[in-house]
Amino acid sequence: MKSAVLVFPGINRERDMARALTLVAGRAPTIVWHADSKLPTGTDLVVIPGGFSYGDYLRCGAIAARAPIMDAVRAFATEGGLVLAVCNGFQIACEAGLLPGVLMRNAQLRFICRDVYLRVERSDTPFTRGYNAGQVIRVPVAHGEGNYIADGETIARLEGEGRVVFRYSSPDGIVDPNWNHNGAMNAIAGIINERGNVLGMMPHPENHVEALMGCTDGRGLFAGLLDHFKRAA
Amino acid sequence: MVSNEPAVTPELVAEHGLTPDEYERIRKLIGREPTFTELGIFSAMWNEHCSYKSSKVHLRTLPTKASWVIQGPGENAGVIDIGDGLAVVFKMESHNHPSYIEPYQGAATGVGGILRDVFTMGARPIACLNALSFGAPDNPKTRHLVAGVVAGIGGYGNSFGVPTVGGEVRFHRRYDGNCLVNAMAVGIAEAGKIFYSAASGVGMPIVYLGSKTGRDGIHGASMASAEFGADAEEKRPTVQVGDPFSEKLLLEACLEIMEKGCVIAIQDMGAAGLTCSAVEMGAKGDLGVTLDLDSVPCRETGMSAYEMMLSESQERMLMVLRPEKEKEAEAIFRKWGLDFAIVGETTPTKRFIVRLGGAVMADLPIKELGDQAPVYDRPAAQAPKHPIFDAATLEAPIGIAEALEKLIGSPDLCSKRWVWQQYDHVILGNTVQRPGGDAAVVRINDGPKALALTADVTPRYCEADPFEGGKQAVAEAWRNLTATGARPLALTDNLNFGNPERPEIMGQLVGCIRGIGEACRVLDFPVVSGNVSLYNETNGRAILPTPTIGGVGLLDDFTKSITLGFKSEGEAILLVGETTGWLGQSLYLREVYGREEGAPPPVDLAAEKRHGDFVRGLIRDGLVTAVHDISDGGLLIALAEMAMASGIGAVLENPTNALAHGFWFGEDQARYVLTAGLSDRKRVLARAQEAGLPLRMIGTTGGHVLALANERPLAVTRLRDRFEAWLPDYMRGSER
Repeated sequence: MKSAVLVFPGINRERDMARALTLVAGRAPTIVWHADSKLPTGTDLVVIPGGFSYGDYLRCGAIAARAPIMDAVRAFATEGGLVLAVCNGFQIACEAGLLPGVLMRNAQLRFICRDVYLRVERSDTPFTRGYNAGQVIRVPVAHGEGNYIADGETIARLEGEGRVVFRYSSPDGIVDPNWNHNGAMNAIAGIINERGNVLGMMPHPENHVEALMGCTDGRGLFAGLLDHFKRAA
Repeated sequence: MVSNEPAVTPELVAEHGLTPDEYERIRKLIGREPTFTELGIFSAMWNEHCSYKSSKVHLRTLPTKASWVIQGPGENAGVIDIGDGLAVVFKMESHNHPSYIEPYQGAATGVGGILRDVFTMGARPIACLNALSFGAPDNPKTRHLVAGVVAGIGGYGNSFGVPTVGGEVRFHRRYDGNCLVNAMAVGIAEAGKIFYSAASGVGMPIVYLGSKTGRDGIHGASMASAEFGADAEEKRPTVQVGDPFSEKLLLEACLEIMEKGCVIAIQDMGAAGLTCSAVEMGAKGDLGVTLDLDSVPCRETGMSAYEMMLSESQERMLMVLRPEKEKEAEAIFRKWGLDFAIVGETTPTKRFIVRLGGAVMADLPIKELGDQAPVYDRPAAQAPKHPIFDAATLEAPIGIAEALEKLIGSPDLCSKRWVWQQYDHVILGNTVQRPGGDAAVVRINDGPKALALTADVTPRYCEADPFEGGKQAVAEAWRNLTATGARPLALTDNLNFGNPERPEIMGQLVGCIRGIGEACRVLDFPVVSGNVSLYNETNGRAILPTPTIGGVGLLDDFTKSITLGFKSEGEAILLVGETTGWLGQSLYLREVYGREEGAPPPVDLAAEKRHGDFVRGLIRDGLVTAVHDISDGGLLIALAEMAMASGIGAVLENPTNALAHGFWFGEDQARYVLTAGLSDRKRVLARAQEAGLPLRMIGTTGGHVLALANERPLAVTRLRDRFEAWLPDYMRGSER
């Protein structure tokens, strides 16, 4: 699996992502600079990592969505290439039109860093095949703007088409406002695009891949991607 | 010298915080009246914050050396060797006054400043900590300050991309008009590639890096060197505004030019900005510096020399460049979208010359600006010692269970989750022990080594007995590191006190420094960096003396680090150390009876060392399953924390030879609680006996309650509810 991790000024979780990809997928990603206009030849997976691209100025992700490299990412996605967009990456993907909706301030208006539980809604996507549908995983969140919002029609479509792949839940998989730390509509933590090749999610699976962090539930996502490409080959 | 600057009058001198004597000293030094810009430069260099004029003679007594110390105090940060060719670079610094005036920006720029101190030396920051002291919860300003300071620390650190892994938060009426924000940053560098501030070579270009200079923060350092009056709020314009985004770019750009060998010397522009950084680089290198202010990148037009020299705009650095690397260095800065401008050069003259628009605005002897700053050995008065509080005089104390419930939900002992959940503490993926334990543990690169990090002080002890309090602050930091299994290596100190011109405050400062020094010597735990913040008073009322100690320890293998939560049922609970039931200055006495009295617990440093080394050995040999140091609130609080961290309860034995409330809530020092499996228990007891160490079994883990004889059982879940409730309820405005 040949992956490319994008770096915009202010992105700060590219090292975490590169480490997770290296550890689980066995191959270090190429780091791609925002001002580049091309992705490395043969890229299988594009990752837009977390951070505060352009200082979150204007709106989270708004400036990065217009950086030169994003044209290449859009073209890559149009051709069916896989894009994993985490945290600020999710915000950038929404601003770039790769995914619908928007991430607003957390409901309690504070940045939150803590472990949350996610119910994996589907296991038949390239991103979630390392998990079972209905499985609950524990991963950290670290964001101030993770409150997913879209208009009623969009939400209905997302739900109708089974495009919500991760939902905030209790450790037992029960979706409940008490376990929805940022107030996201329908407790949405991660969605895919229509074609199923772009995943945006707020939590950080890349921070739960080693035992030292107290949990390795994030490995499944990277292991699943690796498996996807192995089967395709 | 030509200028259209204001004339220097006695009033202007006083406004710059310089005494008539100090002004006279300036005139003698330069043989004439200073210009307005020169007056500004002197006020920046000679204020308390930059010159340490009241504390210098005492700071010199602190032990700063050990075989593993690469750089002690005097540089941007301290540096210690941790083997494998790696070094830890760290420092703690206060941003108290700005945080009181404008909590978000004050705290944010405090974090930004300390991060710069660390990466200026060539280290990549891997962790931040902070120690916060706020006024009484019922003070109308407290909630606003807590919210703003916490958001500011998070806002900067989270965006910069460094995990904030630990610290402490306290509340006391004495911080009502003057909160404390002490921020610590820790970085990792290659031991052979540390960058220093001393310039070398004549005619070397001096380069300005980072963000543009604006009118913000002018006189920040002077403001930090004066007491607050009723006009504190009017000082808002002296607070700088932070931009973590620029700082993150500056970090990457600086590390890149260092890697490429472009840097001769580098210094961040912190307090007193361009003035302090330029003078320091020249003076340390025995060179003169000429600055051409027309080349300084400015945010606004028409800035005067005075304003440029005193601006504390953030995210800026000054560097002496290897001339042959100019193109390469500039390209790196342009890539990161940052300013890069040659603003001067080193000279052989040892003069500090500042030019603007063709005119010389300042021409001063560079060494004397720093070296000849006044040094005061101010009179110090020792406060009378408090009598030892006799626990037996406490009539009809309330039940142990009731007292525990009260204490566990009190402002100083309750969970600080509301705070640290606003800090990204998992970024970089190395946080082995997250906030909430004795010390944070952070893996170094890919391991197996890790650092243990903590920040500690008990101000009420320091107030009651500065010498014992100073000792205790160091001992507690050392204990907290030890409790994770780490070997304590060195510390940074952040000395927060009131007005040093008052003998009783000087008495506190001198006493605490003596205590710190004593503890450092016995524990072989040198001071490698630090900061002094004086004049922490409002309307003549000083804060509690608060010498915060930031400790760094090393674990050879992070998988061997140990946590405080009980691990399984049926394990022996062991108490290391002597328990006399010392209630003087205890939180029990304060929170339950409203009494802040008595002498604080004495610190037997030899016992600290013995007990700590013993505990570390048990951890290393895998004989214990949980370790927790005993500090604020005493033994029962420590046990409750161990239970709450795991959900496992305990059956506890009552003391046979001490008063129950003294035994459970006394704050005797040099103590730890351990748990051990039944088979290892005997080995632990045997080792203690062999070493002649006080160790006793006080109970067994198990169940879901804390069970004490003759007391109602306390459900761990109920304790946890109380522990977690106070701070969020308070911040919501609905505290009980």
